Formats: sequence, structure tokens, C-alpha cells
Amino acid sequence: MAKEYDDIPGTFVFDADRSREGYWLNQFCITLRKEECRQAMRDDPEAYLAKFAMSDEQRQAVRDRDWNLLLELGGNIYYTAKLAAFDGINFQELAALMTGVSREEYRDMMLNGGRSIEGNRFKSEWEIK
Amino acid sequence: MARITAGVGCSHVPAIGVAMDTNITEQDYWKPVFNGFEFSRQWMKDNKPDVVFLVYNDHCTVFDASCIPTFALGCAAEFPPADEGWGPRPVPVVKNHQKMASHIAQSLVLDEFDITIMNEMEVDHGLTVPMSVMFGDHGVDDEWPCPVIPLAVNVVQYPAPLGRRCYNLGKAVRRAIESYGEDLNVVIFGTGGMSHQLQAERAGLINSDWDKRFLDLLTEDPVAASEITHLEYLRETGSEGIEMVMWHVMRGALNDDVREVHRHYHVPASNTAVGHIILENI
Repeated sequence: MAKEYDDIPGTFVFDADRSREGYWLNQFCITLRKEECRQAMRDDPEAYLAKFAMSDEQRQAVRDRDWNLLLELGGNIYYTAKLAAFDGINFQELAALMTGVSREEYRDMMLNGGRSIEGNRFKSEWEIK
Repeated sequence: MARITAGVGCSHVPAIGVAMDTNITEQDYWKPVFNGFEFSRQWMKDNKPDVVFLVYNDHCTVFDASCIPTFALGCAAEFPPADEGWGPRPVPVVKNHQKMASHIAQSLVLDEFDITIMNEMEVDHGLTVPMSVMFGDHGVDDEWPCPVIPLAVNVVQYPAPLGRRCYNLGKAVRRAIESYGEDLNVVIFGTGGMSHQLQAERAGLINSDWDKRFLDLLTEDPVAASEITHLEYLRETGSEGIEMVMWHVMRGALNDDVREVHRHYHVPASNTAVGHIILENI
């Protein structure tokens, strides 16, 4: 069923469907807020990942650190940010990775007022580009 | 009788807390962010609340995906700062006004707002950053100047409660507070926002014109502000801009007519537009 927010570009709205699909992925990510879990993930990532009933695709996206795919597969940014923090990546660096620009470019864009709303409301505006 | 005298709207960007905790607020990047809170810190001293009622959201720190309450009222004796992955913020434990919180819990449910009651809860930057910016530096061994009653709102899993629902909840919070016997001055905080998107290819979105119109509308026509649709927040202010629904709880708890005594707006703090407003009941 089409959703009214489906036409917003570059955005995955974390709704009940994504929440259902991403449940174990997100539950995995949130454990990384605890040092003992971070240690277990460092010691044996495959064994640690195996504890969570994620899909193979989700598990592969975790291995690949494919940040946008993780969102598409039901991850929520506040959860995936904990995986990023595990790698020593903060929110702004993570945003740069997801938008495909360098840290410096992203930081400069924010200092210049951020990404403009103009041209970024509808998917159709991105298709023209 | 307890009374609400003023409302504070305030972003709760985690990087603002980090800047305070690592003493870099004087850097060129941060100075303009913190300059806008100098007035506010003096105002908090001049209008010292007996209790702060603070509306915020948890960022998948304390609430994991297993339980997602739309409205959760903090009724525990105290709320320790949570470890969000880098160790807990070095700020005081938040003490509750537990008697008033219990009274509000009871009053809200009888007023048809079926909140979740939290008798144990840690709090993340969503709550501690507004405390820090409004009250200034307080270390682990200090105490915050007053007790805090937290109300956590789900704005992470779509849909967040509607703006209208939040506005009406604010009115119910006011009725609850005004039916509490003790003569106490309560200031209500609505936190989060303003425009920002943290995720995917549109990350970094900022819509300053929209944010400023929102601040105008919040002061002058709160009912119209509360009717802003979820789709508009998502499209115009970024996927995380929807946090602004929490400001309507604050606004709903105030009089229809308020005096805007302070406003601060700055871009950026990390990925986010910082917005701040102080409204006094007339």
C-alpha cells in the first residue's frame, strides 16, 4: 500500500512496518551501548551477530557497514548510530557517509545553513537532477 | 495550589552536551549557540521554578524496540543519566518531585490520557541537555537547582502522537498541576527539534524559514500550530524534525495569551537547527 510519505526523497520513515522488519537488527545495535557487549562484538563479531535473529541480508549489511541499506532493511538511525559509535563514528561523520560526501564537505554544508529544502521535498525533484 | 507560570522551548542536540562536558563552548563554532542561552540562564535564576516539568524523547537509549510507550511519565525518585555508548554525561542525577508526579499520573489517566508510568528510568541527552543549557554547568557531585518531572514521548517510531494530541495533553498536565495542593511554581519545558534530518541521503536538511514561522505561530496561534500535519513535519523539517510535536505539550499547558520574552535561533549545532523560546503566561 502506498504511503503518503513515500514521495519524500532520501528518507526512510521508521514506521510500524520498518520497525517490525528491523526488530532484531535494532535490538542488536542497542546492545552496543554496553561495554560488555562491545567487547563480545570485538572478540568474535560473527558469533555475536549470530545471537540475533536478523535476516541474512541484514547481517551482511552490518558486516558491510552499508549505512543506507541498514535503514532500508528496517534499521532506525538512533540504533544504527550505536553501531557507528562502536566504530568510532559520530552522528555528523555518519551523515557524511550516508550522503556520500567527505566529512569536511558535510561540515561545510552545515556551516553554510544545511541542505536546502528547495529541490528536496519530492522524489520527482531528484529525478530531474 | 501549584501553577504553571512559563514555558521553555529548547532543542536538545547531543553535541551541545558534549561541547559543555568537554569545555569547548568558547570555540568559534559553539559560541553563537551558547550566547543565545545567557539570557535564559539569568531568567531561570530570576524566575526560579520549584519544579520543572520536562517533555522530551528518549533516543533508543533507555527504551529499546521491545516496548515503545507513546507517553511515559517519570514517577521514580530519581533518574540517573544513561550511558549512550560513550559513558554517562558528567551531570547530576535528576531528582523527581515524586509526590507531584504521582498526583499528575493519577490525574492524567482520569482525564483520559492513558500514560505509561515509569518507576525506574534512566534519562538520556534528550532530558539532560536542556537542563544543562538552561541551568548552566553542573558536575556529577552537584545538584540541579530544582526537581524535574520527566515526560518521555515517542517520536522515534512513526507515528508520533499528533500535535493536537500533544497540545491537549498539555492542557491536561496543567489541570493536574493546578489541582495539586502545594503552592509551587512550575515551569514546563518542551524540547527537541528544530528542523533536522539525521538519516539517509537527505541528511543535513535544514529549513530555517519554516522553523521561524513555527516559532511565530507557536506564540501567536498555538491551535493552528498544533494542527500542523505529520507529513508537513517530515517533508519540510526532515525526518527528525517531527520532535517538534513535543513543543505543543508545553504550549498547551500555558495560557492562550503569552508574552515571548526570549528567542534564539542558530544553524548549525552538528546536524541540527537550534531553536529556543521562553514564553510567560500573561
